Amino acid sequence: MNVPVRQAIADAAPRKMSDWLLRWETILVGLLIVVIAGNTAISPYFLDIYNLSDATYNFSEKAIVALAMALLIITREIDLSVAAVIALASLATGLAAESGAPLIVLLVVGPAVGIVCGAFNGFLVTGIGLPSIVVTIGTMSLYRGLAQVVLGDQVIKQYPKDYTAIGQSYLINWPPLPYSFVIFLVLAVVFAVVLHKTAFGRKLYAIGNNPVAAKFSGIPVERIRFLLFVLTGLLAGLAATLLTARIGSTRPNIALGWELEIITMVILGGVSIAGGSGTIPGVVLAVFILGLITFGLSLINVPGIVISVILGCLLIVSIAGPILVRRLLRGR
Amino acid sequence: MIQFLKHREAALGVIIAAMVAAIGAYAPAFVSLDNIIRVLNDTSILAMLALAQMMVILTRGIDLSTASTLALAGMISASLAQNHPELPVIAYIGLAIVTGIVLGFINGSLISFLGIPPIVVTLGTLAVYRGMIVVYGGGNQVNASEMGDVFQSFPKLSVFGLSTLFWIMVVVALGVWLFLSMTRTGRGLYAVGGNPVAARYCGIDLPRQQLLVYTISGAISGLCGYLWVSRYGVAYSEIASGFELTVIAACVIGGVSIAGGVGSVAGTLLGALFLGVIVNALPVMQITPFWQMAISGAVILAAVVVNARAEKRGVKLILPEARRAAGAAK
Repeated sequence: MNVPVRQAIADAAPRKMSDWLLRWETILVGLLIVVIAGNTAISPYFLDIYNLSDATYNFSEKAIVALAMALLIITREIDLSVAAVIALASLATGLAAESGAPLIVLLVVGPAVGIVCGAFNGFLVTGIGLPSIVVTIGTMSLYRGLAQVVLGDQVIKQYPKDYTAIGQSYLINWPPLPYSFVIFLVLAVVFAVVLHKTAFGRKLYAIGNNPVAAKFSGIPVERIRFLLFVLTGLLAGLAATLLTARIGSTRPNIALGWELEIITMVILGGVSIAGGSGTIPGVVLAVFILGLITFGLSLINVPGIVISVILGCLLIVSIAGPILVRRLLRGR
Repeated sequence: MIQFLKHREAALGVIIAAMVAAIGAYAPAFVSLDNIIRVLNDTSILAMLALAQMMVILTRGIDLSTASTLALAGMISASLAQNHPELPVIAYIGLAIVTGIVLGFINGSLISFLGIPPIVVTLGTLAVYRGMIVVYGGGNQVNASEMGDVFQSFPKLSVFGLSTLFWIMVVVALGVWLFLSMTRTGRGLYAVGGNPVAARYCGIDLPRQQLLVYTISGAISGLCGYLWVSRYGVAYSEIASGFELTVIAACVIGGVSIAGGVGSVAGTLLGALFLGVIVNALPVMQITPFWQMAISGAVILAAVVVNARAEKRGVKLILPEARRAAGAAK
């Protein structure tokens, strides 16, 4: 008697040890361990819980924006205007503070400006059908330019204490966790679940891998991309609220050049610039690696611009390294 | 006439002329010969960088490191002048160009041999090259008084009433035009950008072309590094910071398609001139310079919208069928 054998059809190729070892996230974990070990060896002040908590201030705001940027890049879009959105949102918060608005308004106005800016980007890209890199180079000038027109060479400093407290005190006192860092962690979990565990997340990969096929399978490609631009604007606005509270002032050059740092986080996190691949855990690991390298080097008084050389090299080497390794393996 | 205006270069030229006329009506000083020469001089560096960027964008690439290359080459050249003020000017220019070639070659190698996306490579080298200025110069700046006269006076020499800076731009523009229109490799850049797969089947070697265009882009950025430093009389780590985006903006306004394969020397020059006129007109119009950024942002957006319309009508392509195929692939 022949019993029909039910055979499970694998939905993915069987995983080998070498695949797992060459996984981007594994490499990043290794890198992170090296960074932590190196920093501990170099400076005795590194492994101090208060120092580490202060270190999170330097990257949490950028990291929040990087989460949304990762989704955008996965769907083959990009937003270079995020730093300019931060400037404009910070300006709006400043104007609200000058007119004596209550705390709740100060907290909401930044994200609201972000939504408007993001929606404008999204409209130009998905509504008119323009390439996002050019559109956001344009809006980057436009948004920061508008902030400059209003501010001139002035600085807004009149922020109420209860607002700046959000950026300058801890949400939880032990272990010391700043608001921005907690918000980043919560958002990271939400983003990871949405991207990796929901149908919506799968759709983003589908769009990134083949927008035309995605459209023909009934995915509202343009609507989703529009939403992602709005989301990126929203998080840039939120980052502006946190940043402004932390530094307690708004200048025209606030967050200048952040767009490149944020994109570096995303790319180092293993998100392909061509779209269709990348994970949130990867981006989070890259955020920690970049943040801790910056913090460790500044502990031993390395100038900021030298740190940027090291981070730039890290970006290129970390992308080039695996390509070379794979070539060597294939060559054998 | 309408046919003539449909050429975007002609349309852009007319817009610039109208703009200059309008500004001149408000402030006659703006259209004086001296001032027009000043605007041309002021725009020359931007125009050269935009031409280099155009060649890169034609191959569907992008070079974000161009302003950093400019700054590093300018710094190295200036410190040679500081230490050896007795050398002929060609030594300073040569060193700047060689530096640019090396930096561009590094970009090109990473992109063509390893196949890393251009935006990733040049984003990294944007930070690295600029940071190298501090590593190299120890954070010091080279001031005008330390550079020597030979170094500084050359771009300002007058030849036929116009500065050498302007004539260098003319030579570079002619060179790029000859390269793009008369050589097989130059025509190949359009083919690669228009349809990389087809170009490959035609035997065009994309990696070799990428190596070439990024190296050329580096060389021109290096040359501009010398010109920038000698013109403004100071070299330090922040010169031309963020200028790469202005350069890309000039290309976009000039009708270069970011998707590759479309763009002309004349259009790019006019795109640079457009931005140059705006920058120089603001003080004349008594508008605070704070408006400059917002206006150029609005102009870029307007230009892309117009470009998108023009592309839908179907512009310069060798075969109309290719347009349809490209449209289907999008």
